[in-house]
Amino acid sequence: MKNEYDVVVVGSGPAGSMAARFAAEKGVSVLMLEKDRDVGYPVRCGEAISKAGVEEFIPSDEKWINARISKFSLNAPNGTECVIEFGDAGYVLERRIFDYELAKTAAKAGAEILTRAYVNGLLFSDDKVCGVKYEYRGEQKEVKAKVVIAADGVESRVGRWAGIKTYIDYRDMECCTQVTAANINANEDTLYFYFGKDVAPQGYFWVFPKGGNCANIGLGVSGIVGKKKSALSFLNEFMEQHYPGAPILTSIAGGVPSAPTLEKISAPGILIVGDAARQVNPLSGGGIASGMIGGSIGGRIAAEAIKMNKLDHILTYDKAWHDRLGKRHETFNRIKNGIYNFSDDKFNNIAHSFNKIPKDKRTLGRVFTVALINNPSLLIDVAKVFIV
Amino acid sequence: MNPIDKKYRYAKTGKLLIEIVPDKCDFCGCCVGVCPEDAIELKEAEIFIIDSRCTNCAKCVWSCPIEVIKFNKDGVII
Ligand SMILES: Cc1cc2nc3c(=O)[nH]c(=O)nc-3n(C[C@H](O)[C@H](O)[C@H](O)COP(=O)(O)OP(=O)(O)OC[C@H]3O[C@@H](n4cnc5c(N)ncnc54)[C@H](O)[C@@H]3O)c2cc1C
Ligand code: SF4
Ligand code: SF4
Repeated sequence: MKNEYDVVVVGSGPAGSMAARFAAEKGVSVLMLEKDRDVGYPVRCGEAISKAGVEEFIPSDEKWINARISKFSLNAPNGTECVIEFGDAGYVLERRIFDYELAKTAAKAGAEILTRAYVNGLLFSDDKVCGVKYEYRGEQKEVKAKVVIAADGVESRVGRWAGIKTYIDYRDMECCTQVTAANINANEDTLYFYFGKDVAPQGYFWVFPKGGNCANIGLGVSGIVGKKKSALSFLNEFMEQHYPGAPILTSIAGGVPSAPTLEKISAPGILIVGDAARQVNPLSGGGIASGMIGGSIGGRIAAEAIKMNKLDHILTYDKAWHDRLGKRHETFNRIKNGIYNFSDDKFNNIAHSFNKIPKDKRTLGRVFTVALINNPSLLIDVAKVFIV
Repeated sequence: MNPIDKKYRYAKTGKLLIEIVPDKCDFCGCCVGVCPEDAIELKEAEIFIIDSRCTNCAKCVWSCPIEVIKFNKDGVII
């Protein structure tokens, strides 16, 4: 361990590992600090991802694929089920192995990694971030960096210390709880989603199969809902009703920042990536793939800036992210806001109309098309998703 | 502990105090993400409110998925 690196990454989730790897691959020195004992654990995730989202960064590998997904099952409040098939398109991951493997790719590229290192402050020189303070095994330490990359997840405090507003409106926070349960009868090629005010108002409920009759079962609700009823109460009710007595292998809480990306994700000496930057698809709540994309862009730009000896270059990161995904996420967010206000009747009507479409023509796009019959003002936004 | 040695967190704005119920927290960070005052310290398996920053706005209470942060009308021991 040195006391100075070109890049210090805070957090070893998918975004942090990709930032570390893409910076290291360009030949700069990188240290990644993680507060927990293990990279990739605990897992706070439904673990669903598209194949394309994975393969942009790492070849598919059986050792972290729990289930191969080819169908969505969308369930309306009155029980009407809409099934959409789309070939071999996604996975349910074993993230404790997946995240670990991602970190190994960073290590292979030359990044150093230190776990049990809790970052608790930033170093500044002339108002510019120039390193971090951290606690390691009870000792307070410091490490200098030309660029700090904050990949510290939903709790995201590092960016705040650099003066960037990273906290999220509680109404946009999807407050989640999930169990991994055994003896669950569900098709192992299908992701199940449930909607409606009884299961997950202003959010959705999921059952994602993990193979061997196990599944991730959980939900997220907005903080507005949480004011009156917690995610935990909704989960307990659902389990009681659908899977009473199912053995619980894991139970976790978690938050998904379901909002467009922060207005500012870079400042002199610092970049923010992944959940910390709110680089989550606000409609689905998926943040693994988009976090990896954000991290890779951040890591690449940080290394370029150092190589060119032009540290201002890191400020181009905001635009690079916006062009790649940020703009899309703004559109997804508008759709989310539209859908969140749907009544149970509206969900039921959509499901009913959708099932009248011939089976081979049922696509996710058509769900939205049908949704539009009920809510024409969404049309422009949806059109943008598919055109832009 | 001798009752005289007890220290209490006081609300600046109202009577209700925020308390993180010991031993129930999952350390997920949801509350930290919504706190406008950066008033929650979260380590691997340790969490506490930084009293001098907390305004008792309750956003953390509404956001905790598993009902760990709560109001406590009687005062919270620190
Ligand atoms: C219940 C739930 C279900 C989800 N389901 C899905 C899904 O099915 N599909 C999907 O794509 N996404 C899902 N997500 C979202 C996904 O988990 C996140 O978007 C993703 O993990 C973000 O990656 P990240 O690297 O930005 O952050 P994280 O994976 O959260 O990593 C951040 C890391 O930073 C560390 N850290 C934080 N603070 C410090 C500090 N001060 N010092 C050192 N280290 C620190 C943390 O310990 C952590 O390891 C879900 C989220 C939740 C909560
Ligand atoms: S009450 Fe408000 S200020 Fe205090 S810890 Fe909770 S969110 Fe932060
Ligand atoms: S939101 Fe609740 S479970 Fe999560 S860290 Fe805060 S108090 Fe703990």
